[in-house]
Amino acid sequence: MTEVSELSEEDPLARPPEDGTVLDVCDLRMRYGSTDVLGGIDLTAQRGEVLCLLGPNGAGKTTTIEVLESFRMRSDGWVSVLGTDPAHGDERWRAGIGIVLQSWRDHGNWKVRELLAHLGSYYRPYSTPRRPRPIEAEDLINRVGLTDQSEQRVRSLSGGQRRRLDVAIGIVGNPELLFLDEPTTGFDPQARRDFHDLMHSLADDDTTIVLTTHDLDEAEKLADRIVILAGGRVVANGSPAQLARQVTRDAEVSWTRGGQPFVHATPEATNFVRELCAQYGEEIADIEVRRATLEDVYLSMVHRHEAGYAGEAAAEFHKREVQP
Amino acid sequence: MTPRIASLRAGVTRGRIELSHAYTNPQEVFQYLFWPVIFFVVMLFMRGSTVPGTEFSLAASVLPSVIGMNIAFGMMGVAGVLATEREDGTLLRAKAVPNGMPAYLIAKIIVVTGMTAASVALILVGGLVLFGRDLNPGVGGWFTLVWVFALGMVAVLPIGAAIGSLLTNPRSMSLLFLPLGGLISISGIFYPITSLQGWIQGIAQVFPVYWLGLGMRSALLPGDLVTVEIGESWRHLETAGVLGAWAVLGLLLAPPLLRRMARRESGSAVEARRASAMRRVS
Ligand SMILES: Nc1ncnc2c1ncn2[C@@H]1O[C@H](COP(=O)(O)OP(=O)(O)OP(=O)(O)O)[C@@H](O)[C@H]1O
Ligand SMILES: [Mg+2]
Repeated sequence: MTEVSELSEEDPLARPPEDGTVLDVCDLRMRYGSTDVLGGIDLTAQRGEVLCLLGPNGAGKTTTIEVLESFRMRSDGWVSVLGTDPAHGDERWRAGIGIVLQSWRDHGNWKVRELLAHLGSYYRPYSTPRRPRPIEAEDLINRVGLTDQSEQRVRSLSGGQRRRLDVAIGIVGNPELLFLDEPTTGFDPQARRDFHDLMHSLADDDTTIVLTTHDLDEAEKLADRIVILAGGRVVANGSPAQLARQVTRDAEVSWTRGGQPFVHATPEATNFVRELCAQYGEEIADIEVRRATLEDVYLSMVHRHEAGYAGEAAAEFHKREVQP
Repeated sequence: MTPRIASLRAGVTRGRIELSHAYTNPQEVFQYLFWPVIFFVVMLFMRGSTVPGTEFSLAASVLPSVIGMNIAFGMMGVAGVLATEREDGTLLRAKAVPNGMPAYLIAKIIVVTGMTAASVALILVGGLVLFGRDLNPGVGGWFTLVWVFALGMVAVLPIGAAIGSLLTNPRSMSLLFLPLGGLISISGIFYPITSLQGWIQGIAQVFPVYWLGLGMRSALLPGDLVTVEIGESWRHLETAGVLGAWAVLGLLLAPPLLRRMARRESGSAVEARRASAMRRVS
């Protein structure tokens, strides 16, 4: 999957349209009055890819996702979702898309199983041999861990349980493309783990996933590719490893010699450690090599943007990208 | 199964499920039972009085008009439901699933019709138990009752949906109750319309409330009581005409307005509405 994501990082217009492109966005702009909320976003996603949108509050993540879902009209730009402009998507197109919004509180009167079974029934006419629709309510309830709540009214669910239900509703139609806006808010660690497993199994079934989160650890675990937005622009786009290399090629090596701690930053961590050991042998202990984490990348990209280096950061990103 | 049939079926299923929720939800039951119950309490106090100059119970003479009024309330029912479910995101959910919108609307028609029918039936049964002596519609009367009810629902639901699609939040519903209350007071529900001035009668006859009351009176009251009506006639043709005209108007207005409403629905719109509702509360 990583291979695919590297391919997709070319200019979307230069790339010939291929079957595997599920999502293609070019110069997407959104304006409210005189403020540009999105200032020209480029995005692509290939079939089965997990794309993670990161960015500070107000960066434009929800706005971007809502345009792709056809819930909002864009001001400008070119968008193709499952091969169709979302502004003109019909019901068949709609059936291929799963949606988990940033917050839901609808259908409070309904019971969990009742609601899932009912919403699933809308997808039945769109079932195909490759994508049987809908997913059985029972199966879904077990997969998101609501077995004990299946006869409970939706309004009586706890915050995290409600969120699990939202995720279940998002995938009840066995979508080809799934949008999740901060799906794991309120999840306990076990629910989070279950959610990650669920996402991996969906991606294995060729479901393309676009999600936003503020949990960088989660992004690192789930994403094939990460897109960082800031101020309505893409300030970084690449696999977690690529992004880490972009911020710094240095890894931090720390060790102790004779009980005294040392730290050294180097791009050649492996060689450095080898030489270190060759030189001091048994004296060396507690070696740790720490490469830049997604958090480092994120903070540095966002800071650069906030310091007004947005253009520079983006330009640098493109420059580095062409290098192998 | 074609998508169209599927959405029809989904709408009917949805309506059935929501109706069962409504019949078991105390708050909603209260909302729909409120008027019938108030009415019966008033009835019981009025038990002794008769229509001046007759032996006919005054309470029984008002009952059919109250049924007509309840049908008109169906309009508020749809408008209120649309405003509420737009705010809580139920409508947005309908937009997120294929063919969700038509199914949603079908369900709302079923739910509001079902609830209105239940409150009408309640008044009717209560009335027949208390005033069976005065109220005994023949076959013709029952037939009139059914067609006036059906045409009445077709007249008020689309208009209600059109109004609901224009409301920005459920609180603005209260703004609607004022004009509706005024309309009811001039529509000959609680006293004969002929006791009002001519121009007021003219205004009342433009709106469905008067005709719904008249239709129900013609169905349930004995023929002698027609003397207090305009032109001393039940005017079935005019009733069908005016209600039909409202139905046509509503069916023309509602679809584009509903489509416009649906188009504007988004997660952020729901979120913004919720935020403003919270501000009101705090
Ligand atoms: N209807 C609107 N009118 C004006 N500005 C808007 C509107 N909707 C969104 N915005 C602005 O657009 C910007 C992007 O909002 P968006 O909800 O996309 O951010 P986000 O990245 O999802 O943030 P968060 O992490 O808080 O969810 C914000 O500054 C917001 O104030
Ligand atoms: Mg958001």
